[in-house]
Amino acid sequence: MKSLLIAESRQGKVLGGSYELMAFAGELASDTVMFLVGSKEALPAYGGRLYLADAAEVGDYNPEAHRELILQVIAEENPEMVLFCHSSYGWDLAPRVASALGAAQVSEVVALRDGMPVVPVCNGKLRRQVQVATTRRVFTLQAGAFSPSAEPSGTPEVIKMAAPAPGRVEFCGYEQAAVGGVDLGKASVVVSAGRGIGKPENVKMVAELARALGGEYGASRPVVDAEWVEHNRQVGTTGQSVAPKLYVACGISGAIQHLAGMKKSEFIVAINTDRDAPIGEIADLLVVADLKQFVPLLTAKLQAR
Amino acid sequence: MKILVCIKQVPDMEAKFKIDGAGTWYARTDLAWRMNEYDEYAVEQAIQLKEQEQEADITVLCIGGEQVKETIKKALAMGCDRAVHVAMEAVSSLEPLQIAGIIAEFARDQGFALIFTGMQSQDRGSGQVGLLVAEFLTLPAVSTVVEFAYEAGMATVRRELEGGTRACVKVATPAVITCQLGLNSPRYPTLPNIMKAKKKELRTIPAGELLKVAPRQETAKLFFPEKRGGGEVLEGEIGELADRVIQILKEKTTVLS
Ligand SMILES: Cc1cc2nc3c(=O)[nH]c(=O)nc-3n(C[C@H](O)[C@H](O)[C@H](O)COP(=O)(O)OP(=O)(O)OC[C@H]3O[C@@H](n4cnc5c(N)ncnc54)[C@H](O)[C@@H]3O)c2cc1C
Ligand SMILES: Nc1ncnc2c1ncn2[C@@H]1O[C@H](COP(=O)(O)O)[C@@H](O)[C@H]1O
Repeated sequence: MKSLLIAESRQGKVLGGSYELMAFAGELASDTVMFLVGSKEALPAYGGRLYLADAAEVGDYNPEAHRELILQVIAEENPEMVLFCHSSYGWDLAPRVASALGAAQVSEVVALRDGMPVVPVCNGKLRRQVQVATTRRVFTLQAGAFSPSAEPSGTPEVIKMAAPAPGRVEFCGYEQAAVGGVDLGKASVVVSAGRGIGKPENVKMVAELARALGGEYGASRPVVDAEWVEHNRQVGTTGQSVAPKLYVACGISGAIQHLAGMKKSEFIVAINTDRDAPIGEIADLLVVADLKQFVPLLTAKLQAR
Repeated sequence: MKILVCIKQVPDMEAKFKIDGAGTWYARTDLAWRMNEYDEYAVEQAIQLKEQEQEADITVLCIGGEQVKETIKKALAMGCDRAVHVAMEAVSSLEPLQIAGIIAEFARDQGFALIFTGMQSQDRGSGQVGLLVAEFLTLPAVSTVVEFAYEAGMATVRRELEGGTRACVKVATPAVITCQLGLNSPRYPTLPNIMKAKKKELRTIPAGELLKVAPRQETAKLFFPEKRGGGEVLEGEIGELADRVIQILKEKTTVLS
């Protein structure tokens, strides 16, 4: 079997997810070739054949042109499997490629079981094993699900690709999130508020617990989107990554995008009314309780020590 | 200007899920149903656009069984003008390609300037439908949109990338936009608008009339993830729980020393 790995680069840097594609292909003992819209100054550590288009000409985000290039590589290499990261780049491009190929697409693969891809369902509460009916298949892989066992190495054999006509979607540039404010990464304790806090007034009780533990407070995304907490306190893929000594998740379900930002914490406590909340899968301690009663009580007991 | 919004009805994610008899989906009993969160942003964006482009006309479309009408009515009460219910009880047996095929078959030649979908559904979560609708209709598409502005046939949007970075993107209509969390603040239907919604057009089309695409995949098995061992679960009276948590933090961490 042969797999085409769609590597990713942003602003001239190869993104780490590209190496997870190699790890997955490795698990299936598949041959690989790689495709990248990037720069010859920053090649991925990969020992195989790399089809490279210049990001300076094509643009980091130009989905119709990227699709065109990928279809050219597929015509040349005839891979059975095309692998993307399940990322803002991959989930945008994969359906376009799958559609052009008439291939089945399976999104956010987290594991293989009996040789079939497994994907999460219902916010990670369930798993689904998928039977693909087409010979050609397109998968996107969940970030972090397949890790390279060794430091990636090698220098690719580069095949340069000419830029195709631009697509109908025009990329006008990046905007960086406002930086500054709190650096959650430095705190030894982070206590985060999730949607389970119910109303903005309850941010205060979470902040007080954080203070009683000598740490900072953070939040899950819905709490930030609702403007109950500033964005620079958001934990997760589109916020900050933290790895404190203690992470306390108050009313947070444990969606993969939140876990990605805190699962490296040394000790994780979750406070949740739902005993089956997916956060329980990574928590060292799951306290099944209503945070509105439990958090102030715990804070009071900590302060009274 | 005609606008199409695609919405899905999903269970509340805090439910205790059970696996159905066939072992390929969750059982539909004992669940509370609501509009897919991402689709609420799609509905709100369409309505905000109508507030700007007053002659706009919004059609909301949902594929599902009889009970999805509740969710359709919510979208009408929020401010959509008319609704299409594509009727099919066993909608969970369809793969994203087929859902997209149905939507595209309905939308073809109708002259929608913009089609809004959620970036993903909360239960199936494939994130494919919007982009596939665009492919079927050969329209340009932008996914994961967190900011949207429209002027004179041109949409200027921001895509959300990892780590809080955004990409600014321009696309001429007609186009498909998939909506990400935080795009806007979805409104709550007011009582007068709930009353008004009762008089709005709600057309039903049997899914069979629009389903022309064969599946390329199927669910072999649905199952619960294996619990990662080691985690402790505490239940009981909250005073005792708090004491127990403090004791565990003293034993297992250095933060209380
Ligand atoms: C591309 C993308 C990027 C994303 N990036 C991020 C990110 O960076 N960070 C992030 O957090 N999310 C991110 N998300 C969103 C993520 O998928 C989830 O929607 C989000 O993390 C859910 O937040 P939550 O757990 O606070 O809310 P919910 O999922 O609504 O969970 C609320 C929890 O509170 C519990 N609860 C309710 N009431 C109580 C109570 N009284 N006491 C105790 N517990 C209670 C419930 O049982 C439930 O488990 C992203 C999503 C996408 C698609
Ligand atoms: N049954 C459905 N009826 C109408 N729209 C749907 C349906 N299923 C999915 N969609 C749309 O497609 C989007 C992405 O869904 P998915 O590809 O399943 O993650 C959703 O946010 C909806 O906008």
